[in-house]
Amino acid sequence: MKRLLVYLNGYKKECVLAPLFKMLEASFELIVPLVIAAIIDTGIANGDKSYILKMCAVLVGLGAIGLTVSITAQFFSAKAAVGFATKLRHALFEHLLGLSFTEIDTLGTSTMITRMTSDVNQAQNGVNMFLRLFLRSPFVVFGAMIMAFTIDARSSLIFLVAIVLLSIVVFGIMALNIPMLKKVQQMLDKVLGKTRENLTGVRVIRAFGKEQTEIDQFMECNETLTSAQKKAGKISALLNPLTYVIINLAIVRLIWVGALQVDAGILTQGEVVALYSYMSQILVELIKLANMIVTINKTIACGNRISEVFDITSSMDFQASLPKKYVDPREDIVTFKNVSLTYKNAGDETLEDISFSVRRGQTIGIIGGTGSGKSSVVNLIPRFYDATKGEVLLHGVNVKDYPAEDLNRMVGIVMQKAVMFQGTVEENLRWGKQNATEEEMMDAIRTAQAEEVVAAKGGLSGEIAQAGKNLSGGQRQRMTIARALVKRPEILILDDSSSALDYATDAKLRSAIRSLDYHPTVFMVSQRASSIQYADKIIVMDDGKMVGVGTHDELLKSCEVYREIYDSQFKKEVAAHA
Amino acid sequence: MLKKEKSQKETIQKVLHYIKKYAWYMVLSILLAVVTVALSLYVPILVGRAIDGIVYGAVAFDTIRNYIITIIIIVGITALAQWIMNTINNKVTYQVVRDIREEAFIKIEELPLSYMDAHSYGEIVSRVIADVDTFADGLLMGFTQLFTGIVTILGTLIFMFSMSGKITLVVVLVTPLSLFVAKFIAQRTYSMFKLQSETRAEQTGFIDEMIGNEKVVKAYGHEKEALQKFDEINERLQKCSLRAIFFSSITNPATRFVNNIVYALVALTGAFMAISGGMTVGLLSSFLSYANQYTKPFNEISGVITELQNALACAARIFELMETPSQIAESEDAIELQNVHGTIDCNDVSFSYVPEKELIKNFNLHVKQGQNVAIVGPTGCGKTTLINLLMRFYDVNSGSIQVDGNDLRQLTRKSLRTNYGMVLQETWLKNGTIRENILMGKPDATEEEMVAAAKAAHSHSFIRRLPNGYDTVIGEDGGMLSQGQKQLLCITRVMLCLPPMLILDEATSSIDTRTEIKIQSAFTKLMDGRTSFIVAHRLSTIQNADLILVMKDGSIIEQGTHEELLEKQGFYANLYQSQFAV
Repeated sequence: MKRLLVYLNGYKKECVLAPLFKMLEASFELIVPLVIAAIIDTGIANGDKSYILKMCAVLVGLGAIGLTVSITAQFFSAKAAVGFATKLRHALFEHLLGLSFTEIDTLGTSTMITRMTSDVNQAQNGVNMFLRLFLRSPFVVFGAMIMAFTIDARSSLIFLVAIVLLSIVVFGIMALNIPMLKKVQQMLDKVLGKTRENLTGVRVIRAFGKEQTEIDQFMECNETLTSAQKKAGKISALLNPLTYVIINLAIVRLIWVGALQVDAGILTQGEVVALYSYMSQILVELIKLANMIVTINKTIACGNRISEVFDITSSMDFQASLPKKYVDPREDIVTFKNVSLTYKNAGDETLEDISFSVRRGQTIGIIGGTGSGKSSVVNLIPRFYDATKGEVLLHGVNVKDYPAEDLNRMVGIVMQKAVMFQGTVEENLRWGKQNATEEEMMDAIRTAQAEEVVAAKGGLSGEIAQAGKNLSGGQRQRMTIARALVKRPEILILDDSSSALDYATDAKLRSAIRSLDYHPTVFMVSQRASSIQYADKIIVMDDGKMVGVGTHDELLKSCEVYREIYDSQFKKEVAAHA
Repeated sequence: MLKKEKSQKETIQKVLHYIKKYAWYMVLSILLAVVTVALSLYVPILVGRAIDGIVYGAVAFDTIRNYIITIIIIVGITALAQWIMNTINNKVTYQVVRDIREEAFIKIEELPLSYMDAHSYGEIVSRVIADVDTFADGLLMGFTQLFTGIVTILGTLIFMFSMSGKITLVVVLVTPLSLFVAKFIAQRTYSMFKLQSETRAEQTGFIDEMIGNEKVVKAYGHEKEALQKFDEINERLQKCSLRAIFFSSITNPATRFVNNIVYALVALTGAFMAISGGMTVGLLSSFLSYANQYTKPFNEISGVITELQNALACAARIFELMETPSQIAESEDAIELQNVHGTIDCNDVSFSYVPEKELIKNFNLHVKQGQNVAIVGPTGCGKTTLINLLMRFYDVNSGSIQVDGNDLRQLTRKSLRTNYGMVLQETWLKNGTIRENILMGKPDATEEEMVAAAKAAHSHSFIRRLPNGYDTVIGEDGGMLSQGQKQLLCITRVMLCLPPMLILDEATSSIDTRTEIKIQSAFTKLMDGRTSFIVAHRLSTIQNADLILVMKDGSIIEQGTHEELLEKQGFYANLYQSQFAV
């Protein structure tokens, strides 16, 4: 939570002024009992009606000043809290965007959204509340004690003892409660997970007749949640009664001591009434504080959850610029030197000792079974992940030495999952190149065989819905290819990105890419042998290892895995066909 | 407006129904609230009397001591009553919420699939979790603050009246002013809050899109632009939030100011009365203490009422879910399907998801024991619908489906479904270990049986490579596994159960062709002697079926074996040919 406070930095003035004005308001409230004491000791004792009237006017006046001061305080604290939340959200969003793929893999989108929205809102409420009340309450408490001290030193000792005891109770309960509330939150997450799971898996659960088992498991989770809530509730339920007892014992003690002091002629009756009202004021403040502690506890819990997000740091650093001496444009554009890759938290190596090199302008096909490591190979080229062993070179320079922008410019990748964003077609295409001309965009669309898709949406200014929901799978794939082509990348990677296209369109797409005037180096990952058959070089992956590399004809002769793949897709069907 | 009030009333009645179970607790809680309030109101009177005993030169120590002892006893009782009351309120609230949540979950297990298919999961989840939670907060606040608040106001009025009617009148006349002020401000800020929540929704949508697809954002180096757009929304949010929060936060100081006026008036009237001898100083101090306590609940209650309305709105949404009709209940004498042979007959089946659009019409199909039936046809031809009917996820509108001569509607759902082994294109795995997922259909399987099934489904090799092998915990919906791996696990699950009938709906669509061929042999073995239905895109996987059904627009347009259908030169032959048109 503490580390989040830096986002209050721009609001130092407000953070000081808000509590200050609140304290001013409280000081005016603290004068009230003195006015009452004056009414009793002077007004009533002397029967002076005009004095009483005057004093009551003073009371109203104090209220009016209090109102003005308080509204000012509300303004400053609202400004600080809202500003804090705005900055925090910005920082969180920026932080999340700065993470590397390794961290993104473990991130849950829905949790991140909760953290950025409801957790930040809770933090905002907490800051607002804190500035307005959390400082005011202690101020009133200590202020009351100081005022008591000015009336009578001996009685003020009672205040001191009471305050110490109250602090122990308040902070003790808070300390006990925070971990409990955290547990409640965890249990709630579990209940949520269970519910979600039963919705997404409803067919399977019913197919296996597992309804009762699921209900039993849910009940167990739910029961744990309820008992955790009750336990936390029991502790916080103690707060009010305990403070009530302490304050009233103090009042009783005050009356007794007051009686002695009045008897000795040190205090007046009006002053005893004033001391009593100070004690009552403390009680009122404490009740407010107690109601607020729940909010503050929640805020701290939320703050910690936000902090956890900040704790996830990118495992990848990028160079600010490419060291000059390295620049060495050579024919081999991509080189893998004994590359191995183990994903974080994975047991085994996903890639094992991969070595190959690719010349500028070549088309490379990568083929292999499910989970053989095809995508992992191409993900290393734009440095989505770092090789755990060996090195990946672009133009003879380790990818780790390139600034992120350079890699972005050089490599265009179309990923397996085709995603478009809310906005116009044009806005989506400009992701590839900010200042792309209409001509450039249309070229890319034509190459990607997406002309009819764009036309159906109403041209470049056509609207695309959130996540591209108003496009079919095949349409989305073509649009994502167009988006990558707008970049005119030196290296173009198509990661199984034509799987939803029919064979004919797929073939047209491939020939259009081959005839691009800037001759990009193309990596084509596919499960279809037909898609990569005519590549300059085919890399065959099996179980994380490179089991073959060469042209189609070479591989048919030398690589058993390739032959199996090829046969599984062609031979039998052709035979059956014939 | 009237309708809204009526439905609110209904919702309250339903909520009361859940609380009824804890009626005695509630009675006790109300009693304790009355006791707590009455006693805590009595304390200032005692303090006032004790103060009256403190007069210079004539301090009545004995009287004061007596009062003090009484106060201590009363305070002790009050605190105890308050604690018990709080605990009861907590208990009732959380248990009511637990009951509601439990019932909602059971409801989910009973809802017809048509409901699930028509509603987004997020929406249902938010009803069961977020709405129930908000409802709990509101209920608890209602119990603790509304009760005691009202009792405090009434109690204070009674106490004040018993002491002095005149001052009480002053208090009663001025207080509505604070309610008026609060209402005035609330009305003015409503539109600001609305704008705030709209802007928030816009921002959430943007975050969802960008963070949900962060890999694409990064691949295009689009971070800066995304952040710019985010900041633009963020700034707008800042502006409207500030307005909403500031203007609504004026409520408290304003009502407090009204309270201060009340306080000054009480002091004025009281002091004048004291001069004329109508009131003691001690009594005045009690009165002032009341004036403070009396106005406080008003502020709280206005807050609580908003909260309660919110809670009721949430409750209404939950009840809406719970009142959705469940799937048709099984009859008392439903038969357990046992020793299945696997003859399946569809007689004149008609079915539609929506009444206006008939999907399957007069459908007839007779499958003999052990036959392998493949279903092919273009998207939307009714393949998946047929499976929905066979598994009785949906009921037929007319006609009947029979297994071994028993109408599906006369069988228990569980016995029918567990006799089918089902692998769907949409893989689903539960949050848990690999082992738990595989053992789903057969919890008492031995380790050897499990590993054998995994080997048959070709999942053993990748499972072994996971950090903890079969005990690796996979996250929600398979987490880190690839689509193909997930599908292999789903196949393993069925391989372990060996049910008498099979349904494979695009079961191998995400698995590469080489692995598929290997699994195919296992499938062939599995299907041997078992009635099975196979839906597949790749025609190569269904060529060996005993019977191929070609479906179009909800009815069978061709049937026969692969060779027979090719000879016919019909729809199937066309479909088959098109695969090779490059």
